[in-house]
Amino acid sequence: MTTRELSRRTAVDILGGAPDDDTLRRFLYGLPGVDAVGLEQRAAAMGTRSIKTTSKKWALDRIIGLIDLTTLEGADTPGKVRSLVAKAQHPDASDSACPTVAAVCVYGDMVPYAVAALGDRHGDPDEGGIGVAAVATAFPSGRASLAVKLADTRDAVEAGADEIDMVIDRGAFLAGDYSTVFDQIVQVKQACRRDDGTSAALKVILETGELNTYDNVKRASWLAILAGGDFIKTSTGKVQPAATLPVTLLMLEVVRDWHRLTGERIGVKPAGGIRTSKDAVKYLVTVAETVGEEWLTPHLFRFGASSLLNDVLLQRQKMTTGRYSGPDYVTLD
Amino acid sequence: MGFLDYAPAPESRGILHLKDAYGLFIDGDFVDGTGGSFTTISPADESRIAEVASASEADVDAAVAAARRAHTKVWAKMSGRDRGKYLFRIARLVQERARELAVAESLDNGKPIKESRDVDVPLVAAWFFYYAGWADKLDHAGLGEAPRSLGVAGQVIPWNFPLLMLAWKIAPALAGGNTVVLKPAETTPLSALIFAEILQQADLPPGVVNIVTGAGGTGAALVRHPDVDKVAFTGSTAVGRDIARAVAGTGKSLTLELGGKAANIVFDDAPIDQAVEGIVNGIFFNQGHVCCAGSRLLVQESVHDEVVDRLKTRLSTLRLGDPLDKNTDIGAINSAAQLERIRTLSDAGEAEGAQRWTADCAIPDSGFWFAPTVFTGVEASHRIAREEVFGPVLAVLTFRTPAEAIAKANNTPYGLSAGIWSDKGSRILAVADKLRAGVVWANTFNRFDPASPFGGYKESGYGREGGRHGLAAYLKPSRKEITR
Repeated sequence: MTTRELSRRTAVDILGGAPDDDTLRRFLYGLPGVDAVGLEQRAAAMGTRSIKTTSKKWALDRIIGLIDLTTLEGADTPGKVRSLVAKAQHPDASDSACPTVAAVCVYGDMVPYAVAALGDRHGDPDEGGIGVAAVATAFPSGRASLAVKLADTRDAVEAGADEIDMVIDRGAFLAGDYSTVFDQIVQVKQACRRDDGTSAALKVILETGELNTYDNVKRASWLAILAGGDFIKTSTGKVQPAATLPVTLLMLEVVRDWHRLTGERIGVKPAGGIRTSKDAVKYLVTVAETVGEEWLTPHLFRFGASSLLNDVLLQRQKMTTGRYSGPDYVTLD
Repeated sequence: MGFLDYAPAPESRGILHLKDAYGLFIDGDFVDGTGGSFTTISPADESRIAEVASASEADVDAAVAAARRAHTKVWAKMSGRDRGKYLFRIARLVQERARELAVAESLDNGKPIKESRDVDVPLVAAWFFYYAGWADKLDHAGLGEAPRSLGVAGQVIPWNFPLLMLAWKIAPALAGGNTVVLKPAETTPLSALIFAEILQQADLPPGVVNIVTGAGGTGAALVRHPDVDKVAFTGSTAVGRDIARAVAGTGKSLTLELGGKAANIVFDDAPIDQAVEGIVNGIFFNQGHVCCAGSRLLVQESVHDEVVDRLKTRLSTLRLGDPLDKNTDIGAINSAAQLERIRTLSDAGEAEGAQRWTADCAIPDSGFWFAPTVFTGVEASHRIAREEVFGPVLAVLTFRTPAEAIAKANNTPYGLSAGIWSDKGSRILAVADKLRAGVVWANTFNRFDPASPFGGYKESGYGREGGRHGLAAYLKPSRKEITR
């Protein structure tokens, strides 16, 4: 997975000065507002697209290839992680042609087990491998000192994580302390660097359920991209509401505008609450019609989900056999 | 083939049980007309749908006589509560047969199924439900106690929202105790004829609603009929003028809902992505065949380039094609004549010096089609900024200050609707207050609700439809109230 060089230069150009509370506030408050009714109406319209036959078949396979198969529980054990990795490699036990997922997503201390279980399948999902993503920076609340957050990140990267899913400091954001949020992202990004000069990709979780307004989501999205995030991600999955279609649409619009401005492509990851194929297809439609079909690749779009995979597999089996089976025809994990 | 070339997802026509030929619906039955017949076609491929009777003057006379009998003997005497029951029944039947009505509408009119399914038909049901509730509450319509019905209403409706315009006309008329003779547009009679079947299913007393199909001559005979008490017309300003002349001095009540050239005003502080959606919805909804369409985009000069740029990008994602495909955004133009008018005015726009941009989309080989088109560099003196195109053609003009926006928006002989896009609530209220338009939408466009009155200023007509005002247009005060 490719990562962006620190866009310090770009940020200075766009903000018209070094990123501090003044320049950031001026910029973020100068962004056009978001009309909630209009945004939700547009998202609902995306949801009415009718995806049938060949398009549906393609969509189901693609959804699997875009999933970050996730387990983020206090009760996670090496055994649970090995089981998750096995499912990631062979999602459908009855169909060896089933695509693999993009990555597994675990807590930082579980990274070594995931890496070991993947063995030589560990690699870039764009090249057929399966990545390891780790949540870091005192996930999910982000309430820890910066030193702890950076150590958390470094640990995961050293253990072999390819992608870091960090959380922003929502408290600082809501208090208007934008430079703190910005600097933390910049420093976590630096902590993603490996000794060989390469870098783990950085997904920045906004936790949109805590930001509450669409205007806040828009500002946080710009902030995360300006600070160097490779991906912007909706949620931890631990706060309700998690990912929604309007929020994801809004983040995709920011990503589209960033591309217009700089030519650079940023990824988007809705996470939490997407459980059915039908819902996931709506997200694919929204991506394709907002930023374009080329975004439907693992380095530009992901689903953070656990139960979604099995529903997609059931739909996929139905398309092949013409019959609906049931939950016992796919593996638990 | 990429993902965005969604596989075809056509709505099945199997749900339709069309007859090969339709008569006139008079006095509760389909009867043969004496004025010959015409063929109604699908504008998407010019294929024949059915043969439809053309009502002669004698047929119109029979329909009005049936309506008069029903008014005197049944409908005006019936309690409001019982009239309401019939209206509720009609509303529920519309919901039950929603899919069938949506397919028929898209087939005959050319509009995308997603619009007939998600907008037209649900609103039709909503209109009947709303006025069903009014039927026993006429004392609160604003005309004092026990207002009286006007009598027989002659109603002529257009082809852009065939069934919805029927609902706008019939629902308040029936709630108020009037009986109806309605003439659907020549190119779109189908859904009205299926609606006649619904009336039979609802067991509506014979003659309360009569539907006479035909061309302009039928409509003229209806509005000029001496025994019609009330004329309601939606359509072009030219025909509206003729009707006003014909009705003048006859004692008939009249409401006219005519053309428009609405300004959609985008201020520099607008929520830009939603404004772009609103512009698209304002002018490309229903192929622009909307009298209240936001056909003049007034955009603040400082954001003009960005808005136009984003608009073009967005328009490039619209899907034009088979109206019955669930993913179609832009359907067919309703008729060859309308297509010709759109072409003529677009050519005039180009000839007068505006810059024409057309979305790059494949046009089907048969049928009537016009790709979404945007004119920039339009000046207030150009024909495309003055005349109603009634098609998917947007004229973009700029303004510098709110005062100029208001002046330009009002500088039209029409005054049906307007839109304002701004994040600043106080500005929205201040500007809306000064716009001379019957409907002003703020940060949205083309939204309709049965409780909200709709109608125009100036050449956009007079009278209001919808809400209490729409009901009052079908009532007169009791004799007691007049002498009080």
